[in-house]
Amino acid sequence: MSISIQVSLGQVAAALALVALAAAISLWRRADLERDIAIATVRSFVQLTAIGYAIKLIFEADTIWLVLALLSAMVLFGAFTARSRARRVPGAFWPLLIALAAAGMTTLGLVVALGIFEATPRYLVPVGGMVIGNAMTAAAVALNRLGDEVGESRAAIEATLALGATAREAAAPYVRRALRSGTITLVDSTKTTGLIFFPGTMVGMLLAGAEPTDAVRLQLILLYALLGSVAIAALVATGLAYRNFFTPAQQLREPVS
Amino acid sequence: MLFELREVSLRRGERRVLDSVSAAIPQGAAAIVGPSGSGKSTLLRLLNRLADPDSGTIAYRKRPLAGYDPLALRRDVSLVPQLPALLEGTVESNLRYAAGLAGKRLDTERCLRLAGLDAGFAGRDVAKLSVGEQQRTMLARALAQQPRVLLLDEPTSALDRAAREAVEATLAALRGEADISLVLVSHDPEQARRLAGWALRLEQGRVAACGALEEALA
Repeated sequence: MSISIQVSLGQVAAALALVALAAAISLWRRADLERDIAIATVRSFVQLTAIGYAIKLIFEADTIWLVLALLSAMVLFGAFTARSRARRVPGAFWPLLIALAAAGMTTLGLVVALGIFEATPRYLVPVGGMVIGNAMTAAAVALNRLGDEVGESRAAIEATLALGATAREAAAPYVRRALRSGTITLVDSTKTTGLIFFPGTMVGMLLAGAEPTDAVRLQLILLYALLGSVAIAALVATGLAYRNFFTPAQQLREPVS
Repeated sequence: MLFELREVSLRRGERRVLDSVSAAIPQGAAAIVGPSGSGKSTLLRLLNRLADPDSGTIAYRKRPLAGYDPLALRRDVSLVPQLPALLEGTVESNLRYAAGLAGKRLDTERCLRLAGLDAGFAGRDVAKLSVGEQQRTMLARALAQQPRVLLLDEPTSALDRAAREAVEATLAALRGEADISLVLVSHDPEQARRLAGWALRLEQGRVAACGALEEALA
């Protein structure tokens, strides 16, 4: 599929009218979001422009090493970002880093091994970015929930440990709920896709002039890949992070303040 | 001796929760008494290694606690916490879980009877029980593991008078059971008098007295 579309900076500037509308609504209804809207607009412009040029360079260099460097940086920043959402989980960084790396590697490895995409920068960069971004959200939500669950259920967890259950057994119901909450958002949005909203890739391809059937098929591939990646990320993150609540003698640690 | 504590100390932040506690807790029925915040519950949690002291040693049946596998120890020295915290499901599923962990065959009816509950409770959803019934289910669950020691943390604090009397009667009956020792934490010296033959009195994390009941509570 070779589709191409030219978008001028003038068109981008014109879209700012809708940002102005959002700011006006905030001002009018005193939602106090104008400053955040302005920051979001500037940051999105700067970040996307920068990554756009970075991707252009990577596409032109056409080497897998640059792709790996970019994806590794995304995993690293993703783990840092997700950690701030999992404050109640002790030592959350490493579980998150491993979870994002595992989700990225497994998903990209599978889509390449199954012959869905070629192992070239043009496919790996955008798909990897989506996979890691969604995995980060899933892992962050899962660990946030895990921290809350363990924090609120300390008495029940200790009561189970007091019976001689292992930390794994005592934490199992909370790990299960955390895993579920990390995955459920994407599962729900996948259920309603096409009915309530059009997903981004499909919209982008349609705007770029692709055949609707092609747009839909590519979108389905991405949705399925994302389902796999968020499940892996939530599984690995919760499966590693719960251990940090316990000592080697299967004792529940004092809560992190 | 059941437990021997030597110079056991524990801090929580800046606070000394236990300060050089030394005592020898005999078999039978022992009580740990003292005002709230004196370190009673913390001490109980050390006895089955739900926590470890910062310094000092504890021996169970003459062997240091550190020498036991914590999981095996907890199945032999079962702790019933102050507030009921059961797993979702029925009374029987909770008992079955506990018995399974200890590798013991479950006699649901006997465990319920020992805890002062009739056999009809087996199929009840634990979420629909009163606090008193939940507390007794906690006791039945601990008994399902056939432990040799029961650690009871304020076993009647959440209960009304009728339920308290029922649980106390249950515990008094348990004392008659061969091979079960009780270590009971209570803020109420009268309850200690009713249930125990030996007492350790703590004040601000230190041993104020210990020995035969009347001597320790005087």
